[in-house]
Amino acid sequence: MNIEEFEDGHVIDTNPDAAAATQDQITAEIGAIHEAYEASGKLETQPRIDFTPYRSSLLRHPTKSLHHADPETIELYAPAFGQRDVHALESDLTIQHNGEPIGERIVVTGRVLDGDGRPVVNQLVEIWQANAAGRYIHKRDQHPAPIDPNFTGVGRTITGENGEYSFTTIKPAPYPWKNHHNAWRPAHIHFSLFGTDFTQRMITQMYFPGDPLFSLDPIYQAITDVKARERLVATYDHNVTTHEWSTGYSWDIVLTGSNRTWMEEEEGEH
Amino acid sequence: MSKAPALKLTPTPGQTIGPFYGYALPFKDGGKLVDRAHPGSIRLHGVITDGAGETIPDALLEIWQPDEEGNVVSETGSLVRDGHTFTGFGRVAVDNVGHYTFTTVNPGATEAGKAPFIMLTVFARGLLNRLFTRIYLPEDTEALATDPLLTSMDESARSSLIATREANGDLRFDISLQGGNETAFLSYPRES
Repeated sequence: MNIEEFEDGHVIDTNPDAAAATQDQITAEIGAIHEAYEASGKLETQPRIDFTPYRSSLLRHPTKSLHHADPETIELYAPAFGQRDVHALESDLTIQHNGEPIGERIVVTGRVLDGDGRPVVNQLVEIWQANAAGRYIHKRDQHPAPIDPNFTGVGRTITGENGEYSFTTIKPAPYPWKNHHNAWRPAHIHFSLFGTDFTQRMITQMYFPGDPLFSLDPIYQAITDVKARERLVATYDHNVTTHEWSTGYSWDIVLTGSNRTWMEEEEGEH
Repeated sequence: MSKAPALKLTPTPGQTIGPFYGYALPFKDGGKLVDRAHPGSIRLHGVITDGAGETIPDALLEIWQPDEEGNVVSETGSLVRDGHTFTGFGRVAVDNVGHYTFTTVNPGATEAGKAPFIMLTVFARGLLNRLFTRIYLPEDTEALATDPLLTSMDESARSSLIATREANGDLRFDISLQGGNETAFLSYPRES
């Protein structure tokens, strides 16, 4: 419809309601939705998929409610990953080239748990991100910020026996996008996660504490509940920071609960 | 009947995959669960469209399925394919006209009398959280007629989950995120 594919492949929504909107308009739209959410008294811990301030969601969200499915055999398992799939060095994004990437070296570490508090062991965690100037190594990213020849911004690891993961990388910068006039994304790292059931599969974004762009960002604010939103913000952790080497952040990820049959009834329920 | 207790922890919210996953998540032979020369190999393909009927050029799809005999496999090696091991997992980015292709096998029934299906996950720019659905085979008419999920749906939702078998044996499954042909998407009891 109003989508133009530019020669450089940059997809721009030319709908006048989209890229032309001011930040004040977008912020007011976000505010109205949040106010209505708070007045509703309901708890929503996942993002709305129909979030108008995020213009690209308009034609891409299902309008019918999700159909409840009782998971069947294949859905109760997840694909297996191991050292055959991921090399140990892939968790360090700063050693993939011949030189040191530019920027603030950081370590991001945490645990992957399921909704029952159990560690998710031996599962794949993948990350991708912009560099310290806010640029992705992607042909569609035409933001005129420098590409760092020593930083691709892709990492993988397999969770350990307590569900732990750790990445060494560079702190990404904010970057502009075309949602509205003068739109900037808060700095973030994309995370892709598998659980022990395929129904636990998820992709999310980790943010950095104290980012002034949070309140302006329709993707982050599509999570209407403030506590749920804050779950995406890592904690600066001086115990992860290392002497004369890198700063450190902690961020735990909770997947949904496993749907596999529970052998015991919930206490007190008969 | 045992019943799962309420979750102790609140799941982390999802977020959109964004437009720039293309250098990170796709991997070599990600859509080849088996080689084309494998006996019984089929092409599973289709397009993904938005509410205006336009194809989506920046979606990523994943499938997860049992083998032809209905075995759920637990082999590693999806990301670094050896060309022999069936791992049951596939991942592809759609092309510029929203078309995707997997090379795989027809899934077998994991339980007697059940209609076999391939599980599909949809990620896209503009989609704030992933979506799950199932791809059923059109031939399993008896099992399809009694399937608890399919029988709970209206006809358009039900038919949106059943693939079309093409003359050469390929499976066609189109995905529509919104609109008249909207694909039925699924939620599971313990999602949040």
